[in-house]
Amino acid sequence: MEAASLPATRPKPLRVLQDWLSKYGLIVVLLAMPVYYGIQDLSDDGNLTRLGGNIVDGLSNGAIWALVAIGYTLVYGIIELINFAHGEVFMIGSFTAAGFFGTVGLTAGMGVPGLALGLLLTLVVCMVVSGMLNVMIERVAYRPLRNAPVLAPLITAVGFSFILQNVGILWRGGSQEGIPDLINSQHELFTIFGLDITNGDVLSIGTTVPLVILMVTFINQSRLGKAMRATAQDPEAARLMGINVDTTISLTFLIGGMLAGAAGLIYALYQTTIWYAQGFTAGLIAFTAAVMGGIGNIKGAVLGGVIIGIIQQISDNRIGTEWTPAIVFAYLVLIMVFKPSGLLGEETREAG
Amino acid sequence: MSTALQQRRTQVAIFIVVLAGIIVLPLFFNPASGFVDDCTLALAYITMALGLNIIVGFAGLLDLGYVAFYAIGAYTMGWLASGFYADADIHIGVTGFAENLPGIHLNFFLVLIAAMVFTTIAGIIIGLPTLRLRGDYIAIVTLAFGEIIGRVAINGDEIKFSEGFPLTNGRQGITPVDKIDLPFVDQFTSLNLRPWYWVALGLVLVVLFVNFRLRDSRLGRAWIALREDEVAAISMGIPAVKTKLFAYGTGAAFGGISGAFLASYLNTVNADQFQFSFSIFVLAMVILGGLGSIWGVVLGSVALTFINYRLIPDVLNDVPNKVGLDFDLTELSFGIFGFLLVVMMVLRPEGLIPERRRQMELEEGIGAGDTELELVEP
Repeated sequence: MEAASLPATRPKPLRVLQDWLSKYGLIVVLLAMPVYYGIQDLSDDGNLTRLGGNIVDGLSNGAIWALVAIGYTLVYGIIELINFAHGEVFMIGSFTAAGFFGTVGLTAGMGVPGLALGLLLTLVVCMVVSGMLNVMIERVAYRPLRNAPVLAPLITAVGFSFILQNVGILWRGGSQEGIPDLINSQHELFTIFGLDITNGDVLSIGTTVPLVILMVTFINQSRLGKAMRATAQDPEAARLMGINVDTTISLTFLIGGMLAGAAGLIYALYQTTIWYAQGFTAGLIAFTAAVMGGIGNIKGAVLGGVIIGIIQQISDNRIGTEWTPAIVFAYLVLIMVFKPSGLLGEETREAG
Repeated sequence: MSTALQQRRTQVAIFIVVLAGIIVLPLFFNPASGFVDDCTLALAYITMALGLNIIVGFAGLLDLGYVAFYAIGAYTMGWLASGFYADADIHIGVTGFAENLPGIHLNFFLVLIAAMVFTTIAGIIIGLPTLRLRGDYIAIVTLAFGEIIGRVAINGDEIKFSEGFPLTNGRQGITPVDKIDLPFVDQFTSLNLRPWYWVALGLVLVVLFVNFRLRDSRLGRAWIALREDEVAAISMGIPAVKTKLFAYGTGAAFGGISGAFLASYLNTVNADQFQFSFSIFVLAMVILGGLGSIWGVVLGSVALTFINYRLIPDVLNDVPNKVGLDFDLTELSFGIFGFLLVVMMVLRPEGLIPERRRQMELEEGIGAGDTELELVEP
């Protein structure tokens, strides 16, 4: 396929260069920024603390993106649709969290056990709300269009994303809103190698890792997970084997939505500001992460999320926050140029 | 044979009558009225949607970053026909008011040509990385480019070629922008919108003509062949790279034309205009009207423009008051737009006026609808 679009005869050295680029180009591109700034740090300060700080912050941010990216990857893997409303599901997760804090009366001054219990409860609520919302979106906007032209569900996805953004505006207004810093997220918990680890970092990574392990185990071990993988590979054959494809697709949306809800809660606690437009940016970033890791691949989504988080943090810190989105998207384009199948590339039906 | 000829004649006759009606339409309204304003916007959006239709409808390359071409077209107007670069003193082909102003002032038609050149180049640059990709991946790359250009527009006041020559004016916007200046026509002002309307209509007619001729040309057939089955098309000897880049280039050029016109019409080139939602707005016009169907796209653009600028702000806004509810519907306009998109797509996924070829496919069950679970057709 690709070969046909390229000139048939190509001088040999170029061919070698091309092979090399498609193999290592992406890795070189990804390493360029940390290495450059690492050298700069070494020559300026004599140590790597600043870069290390960026990476720690990037990891905890990236953990949030990873959770959202898994939702994209699962859905894309199974019905090959970019679920544009997914970012908004994440946003609704954050809003639910903020609303629930108020309802239950969680405050920053509470004791640790009460707070932990309350947050756990909030986590469950956010996951349920976002998961159900995602299932509902699939039912209303995607399922009726299974046999429609390819682009139709994409438009309904965007339509739903607009609707949910508007729900966000009506719910909590159109501007950024600070919420109580329940976990004292910037508080320094401990220091290793001169790097400050804050409460927020611990929360973010401490929630993401178990959730991801749980999900991967579920998908790899359980019957339903097996059904999901089978449907992703070949829906027709899966149906012939007696798998209820509709239920499986709903389940996929449920899991994706639940993870997005969890990410919403972590985001709210970590950033302590929420607003209706957060989902749009988060959605694009998480999709970039999913594509970077190789869409359809859960480990890839996590890896991509973490890498994007680090890139973002370095760019925020060194180049300026206003340029960060442009840099993330420039990376996306470069990934597409060098390795469309992503880092851990899994061939989807479409690409293969 | 004779019936076909007769049919053709009636079609032409209907077209001429409708066209005449459209030409004289603004004469029945106050020249500064909101209706003429909406019509002019609709015409500008038709130009844009027809451009996107070439990329998405004809060639089947899903472009989610079309706003990039709007931005480049508009900035071309901002750079070449405003007082933004006050230190430069270049006047070509301008008369009247703009002649004595500082800055670069080029005749509108020169700017149009420049905008077409710039956007065509941009289209090809954006198209290049997508050549190896398929389907949704193309969408993501174009989306990324659209976002990058939007970001550059917002932060462009930091990028300076030399002192006093920044790339853009960020969120402050480049304003005022020169008005179109034509001999023998009334002054183009914000109080008399009729000349704007007629120029926009002229642009639409040119673009329509080009669209029809392209669709029926060898190139147009190549686009459709690539869209339907890339492997088959390539093995039949269609040069995929050239054909796809042509689609990006022409589609982008139309966006540039419309962008330059809108910059002059809206009298500002502001970075906030160039957001992702605009790409979706134009894409929705194309998909709603019917992918690849020229008249469908025209209808889709008019419908969405009027929904967005008239129905939602002017008509629906009064509804809550009338039924005794006290809330502001303008807050909901985004959601209503989204809701309408969902409803229209669920009810009529093939668009208002589907392209004949696609309709045949849907009816005969070739392609989409082949099996119950054929979810994506590459």
